[in-house]
Amino acid sequence: MNPTLTAVRLGLERGRIELRQTFTSVSEDIQLAVFIALSLLVLVLLRHRMIPGSHFPLSLSILPSMIGMNIAVNSLAGISGQIPVDRDDGTMLRTKAIPGGLVGYLVGKTTLQTTRMFIGIAIMLAAGVPLVDGVTLNSVGAWLTLVWVILLGLAATLPIGIALGAFINSRALLLLLLGCFGLAAISGIFYPITHLPAALQDIGQVFPVYWLGLGMRSAMLPHALVTVEIGGSWRHWQTFAVLSAWAIVGLCTAPVLLRRMARREAGSRLTARREKLLRTAG
Amino acid sequence: MAILGKPEALARHPQHHSEQAAEEEIAVDVRDLWMRYGSMDVLRGLTFTIHRGEIVALLGPNGAGKTTTIEILEGFRTHSAGHVAVLGADPSHAGDWWRARVGVVLQTWRDHAKWRVRELLEHLGAYYAPYSTQEIQRPWDVDELLAAVGLTECARKKIAWLSGGQRRRLDVAIGIVGRPELLFLDEPTVGFDPEARREFHEMVHRQADRDRTTVLITTHDLDEADKLADRVLVLAGGQIIADGSPDELSSRMSTQAEVRWSRDGQRYVHSTREATRFVRDLFAQYGEAIEDLEVRRASLEDTYVSLVHKFEAGEAEAAVQAFTGAAR
Repeated sequence: MNPTLTAVRLGLERGRIELRQTFTSVSEDIQLAVFIALSLLVLVLLRHRMIPGSHFPLSLSILPSMIGMNIAVNSLAGISGQIPVDRDDGTMLRTKAIPGGLVGYLVGKTTLQTTRMFIGIAIMLAAGVPLVDGVTLNSVGAWLTLVWVILLGLAATLPIGIALGAFINSRALLLLLLGCFGLAAISGIFYPITHLPAALQDIGQVFPVYWLGLGMRSAMLPHALVTVEIGGSWRHWQTFAVLSAWAIVGLCTAPVLLRRMARREAGSRLTARREKLLRTAG
Repeated sequence: MAILGKPEALARHPQHHSEQAAEEEIAVDVRDLWMRYGSMDVLRGLTFTIHRGEIVALLGPNGAGKTTTIEILEGFRTHSAGHVAVLGADPSHAGDWWRARVGVVLQTWRDHAKWRVRELLEHLGAYYAPYSTQEIQRPWDVDELLAAVGLTECARKKIAWLSGGQRRRLDVAIGIVGRPELLFLDEPTVGFDPEARREFHEMVHRQADRDRTTVLITTHDLDEADKLADRVLVLAGGQIIADGSPDELSSRMSTQAEVRWSRDGQRYVHSTREATRFVRDLFAQYGEAIEDLEVRRASLEDTYVSLVHKFEAGEAEAAVQAFTGAAR
């Protein structure tokens, strides 16, 4: 029996068990439901607004953009939110005391988080596509684009999320979430990026949120809407290049940061942190 | 030390290193261990060994460095200076093979709250399966393990719903699920009632007997060290100030005696090392005026408690000297 393979297999098992736990947990079900309901509400509210310079509703472009944003937020703020929690309650130290535990933990968290994300995407597609008129997910090519953008987007954002989770504390989480939504605002999620000041456009294009949104729009929208995008093109090659670059940065830094964090983890630090938390709370 | 050069190989094939048979009998070897945080030396030159199959208690007041020591041995902390070998390897650089042979019972309370007892033990146990050897089949059978720690009834319970004592027993079960050769327990019975504590001690003894597991337990409670350990290491001021079986320590340290008497309706108390001579002088001086005479040897507990008091009053050096002086 290969120890690493065993740890990976157990990580998948951990993901499956924790996924089942989230579905029997009312609070996490509500979180997911509220998030999806809010997204759909945005679509309904904006159904009469038009994309500037076209006769398509704004909600049509928002649906794929939001799905793209969902992938980024889920990875960046979702998984990075779980690592500090698991560090504070001792889960991280527990996995460290076990041979192959950290590998199992990471595989488990990734499995849990991506599965939840896919479920969210499926619900948003199923409920959103009938709500907005004109989604063109009707060819093999469109679906293939959808799949590669999602997978590459995950590769670009999940390791970064893990790296962030390794060095932020649980209180910095809210900031991270705000940061994500701030990023969404300059990434052309709710309004075409071409209507933003040039400087903001440049900043937005550095981060994966914009490219995930663009990639999803390229898969789901009628070709006529390409005119709204920067350079009048879906820019698949650039999407591929930028997301790949983020994936490489993440894959290189995440293991280093996580190992460093796990190495520093010891029982007494856990106790100290808990006491500090209780003091500030009390 | 030759062992340090190939910790992984040694951990993998302990039986192939017959030339190191003597070393193999030593589970923990610590020499001149120093630990410094900032400008403070928490550990100042610890030296001790623990043999295979021994149950050793590391006893000391709060802040003596017990947790720091055990965390270094567990591989969760790197030490500043000195030599540390645990199962033949340096714990801060040991790999998964080493990890599989060591069990750690953590002082945690909340992790895996949503999991069920049996589910978690099965899951965590499975990580040890690739590390079975001819002698040791890993992990423990979960049903047997549940019975051993008295959690059979709770097997399907959610961990968040366990009582404090049940949760602690689960922590121990997790610590031994991989059938460790060496088990670390850090202050395991804090917050236990006497009944739960006795059950816990019995459980540790059963485990140690069953697999000849070496156990290192930290505690600030002398009674616990006395009941549980074959050998007690007293840690204070970052140094080991006494090392011996509970009986040895007790006879070595109980040199101080307390003499109480009354004279003319007045009560007196005097502490002395030479009770016999003191009483003889007392009678020589006052004769029949002495009443209610009582001579009591200070127990190990008295000696230890006074150490702790002095230590906590900030007279660490004085306390250590008094204690080591008494032990000689």
